[in-house]
Amino acid sequence: MIDFGYKIQADRQINLDTTDKDLANFVRKHENSFNICIGCGTCTASCSAGNFTNFNFRKLQLFICRGEIADVKTEIAKCMLCGKCQLACPRGVNTRNVIMTIRKGLEEQL
Amino acid sequence: MNFDWFVLPFSIGLFLLFILVIFKISFWIRQLPLNDRLLLNKGIFSLKILRVIKEVILESLLHLRIFKINPLLGFMHMSFAFGWFMLIAIGNLESRMYAGTELNLPYYPIFFKFFIHKPLEIPFAEGFTFIMDFFLLLVLSGVLIAFSKRIYSKIVGLKRTTKLKAFDIFAMLSLWLIFPLRLFAESSAAGMYHTGGFMTQPIGNAFAGFLPLDTLSYIFWWAYSISLGVFFVCLPYSRYMHIPTEIILIAFRHFGIHRSKEYDIFKDVEVFSCSRCGICIDKCQLNTMAQVTNIQSAYFIKSIRKKNQQEEIVQNCLICGRCQEFCPVGIKTDDLRLSQRMIFENKENANFNYLPPQTPIKTEVLYFAGCMTHLTPSIKLSMVNILKNSKIPFKFMDEEESICCGRPLMLSGNTKDAQKLMQANIEIICSSQAHTLVTSCPICLRIFKEEYNLNINVLHHSQFIENLITEGKIRVQTSTKTISYHDPCDLGRGLGIYDEPRSILAHTGTLLKNNFEKNNSLCCGGSIANNQNYNLNKDKISKQVIEHLSSKNPDIIATACPLCKKTFVKYSDIRVADIAEIVNEQMILLHSS
Ligand code: SF4
Ligand code: SF4
Ligand code: SF4
Ligand code: SF4
Repeated sequence: MIDFGYKIQADRQINLDTTDKDLANFVRKHENSFNICIGCGTCTASCSAGNFTNFNFRKLQLFICRGEIADVKTEIAKCMLCGKCQLACPRGVNTRNVIMTIRKGLEEQL
Repeated sequence: MNFDWFVLPFSIGLFLLFILVIFKISFWIRQLPLNDRLLLNKGIFSLKILRVIKEVILESLLHLRIFKINPLLGFMHMSFAFGWFMLIAIGNLESRMYAGTELNLPYYPIFFKFFIHKPLEIPFAEGFTFIMDFFLLLVLSGVLIAFSKRIYSKIVGLKRTTKLKAFDIFAMLSLWLIFPLRLFAESSAAGMYHTGGFMTQPIGNAFAGFLPLDTLSYIFWWAYSISLGVFFVCLPYSRYMHIPTEIILIAFRHFGIHRSKEYDIFKDVEVFSCSRCGICIDKCQLNTMAQVTNIQSAYFIKSIRKKNQQEEIVQNCLICGRCQEFCPVGIKTDDLRLSQRMIFENKENANFNYLPPQTPIKTEVLYFAGCMTHLTPSIKLSMVNILKNSKIPFKFMDEEESICCGRPLMLSGNTKDAQKLMQANIEIICSSQAHTLVTSCPICLRIFKEEYNLNINVLHHSQFIENLITEGKIRVQTSTKTISYHDPCDLGRGLGIYDEPRSILAHTGTLLKNNFEKNNSLCCGGSIANNQNYNLNKDKISKQVIEHLSSKNPDIIATACPLCKKTFVKYSDIRVADIAEIVNEQMILLHSS
């Protein structure tokens, strides 16, 4: 096919009724500040791990809410738990515990 | 032979107590690693044993440390421990002198007044009766304070005292009953046979006036014996196990038994040494400022002992070290908390293979800002400026890409993952061949000093700046500003660095006193060690700490930790600044030669 420099993106529709929300619910239950994230991305901008990789905590939270958890385990392993995101977050999300809870949630499901 | 059936409850209780305590202690010793057991053997037969005995007398009997923190509470503990000990010791002496024999059954001195009905014919007989009455009075005064404390804890200056379960109350009551019953028993004996002292005789005479003493006296002796027996049997299962255990703990410390990070025998001994005196409860800001009343070390330790560790209790703590600082038994509550977190968290979760190989940076002084300092850029810029001005060759270790020091992971209980970050940092530090590592963050400083095993100078920037000033490498102008200084937990209680920041601030302005200084300083509330549902409490704590620091209306609230600064600025109307910033502003620029 001739490459015109454009791409057709794969269909990214997500059916929220059927996605796997177990992990999201688990995190919500154990660290309720997960609910108040507004997805501003300040955490990602300040992230120590993000300095070295494309690790993106904001996106990760979004993916978990959407039930797209295939890559969560390898991604979350990059976090140093340094706490910068927690200090930077304008909403007061307890990000470190969100991360620890995600790790726990993944473990319990295995 | 002097025997009566009523001595049985006491004797059986004492026998069981003896067996149970020996069993527990030998269990501990058997579980120790071999080299620690050797240390223990060596210690017992060395001069160190003298120091152990001294500390046992000062702390287990006289409770000097509690005295220093809270005199009335100290008196209460002392009157029980020392008073009872003297009753036993002198009672033994008295009965032995009387009987003229070394061998006595253990109950004989305890129930001496039951068996002996005539005034003693031994030297200092009256002195003995006096002393025995005196120490009984001492213990009784302790019982009275303990009783009032339960009714109204503010009497001893505690806002809150420990909460008790049914069994604890049972054990406590049996202890409290011992001494009034002894008083009644001895007084009634005195009422019948005139053998009492300054307290028991008048009471005995009064009893004799209206009570049928010949029957009642015998009942009192039975009750006295039963209360002793019950207490002895309860002791190993109640908090009173701290009485024998504290001696073991003191010995362990003096003999240099090793501590590990995990929950080990040393920590188990610490757990059983907690007397639940409650001092830690009032020191904890989660209690005094945020009304969280179930996680304080006294309760936390109890939950370990009851094998009922709940994650919430383990995690909801600032690891601020305030309780540890004031614990009269010297229990390392912070380490204990972390060892419990390790049970929940110490799993390899992280993978830092993405960290690139580092190109060595050669320099003399290495400056490590740390994650928190990167979020308070004025601190790191000030430090860079100060370093440049001092003309000391330095490199900024984490200027672009910062690898976390690992302590946040450590504080969450995950030492395995922390090790990986530490390794990455150690490589950079060692390859730099620097002789000094300076950091702005007390959190990093603590892990550098305690875990990294670096063979170079590791300094906090306050120490480094103080050196620069005394060596004349930088000059600082004074000002008329008034400053209130906040000691960060890890810098102060954690590493004992109290004076250097103050000495710098004395150069830059007038230092004001506040109510919570040095080892009594408060936690800013921002601690990253608290991992659970903490945001609301954090607000409450930080606000109140700022109120305290602002009380004298200083021009600047100074601190020496980026995390404290970041936490405070949100709540303070007064300017909050790190020491490095203040120095940087008032530094007289030396003209380049
Ligand atoms: S900074 Fe806070 S609110 Fe913003 S995306 Fe991150 S967690 Fe959500
Ligand atoms: S705690 Fe993890 S997610 Fe947050 S800034 Fe540090 S590395 Fe990034
Ligand atoms: S931990 Fe220390 S201060 Fe707290 S109750 Fe126990 S002995 Fe007392
Ligand atoms: S370390 Fe601090 S927060 Fe934790 S129990 Fe002790 S005083 Fe309370």
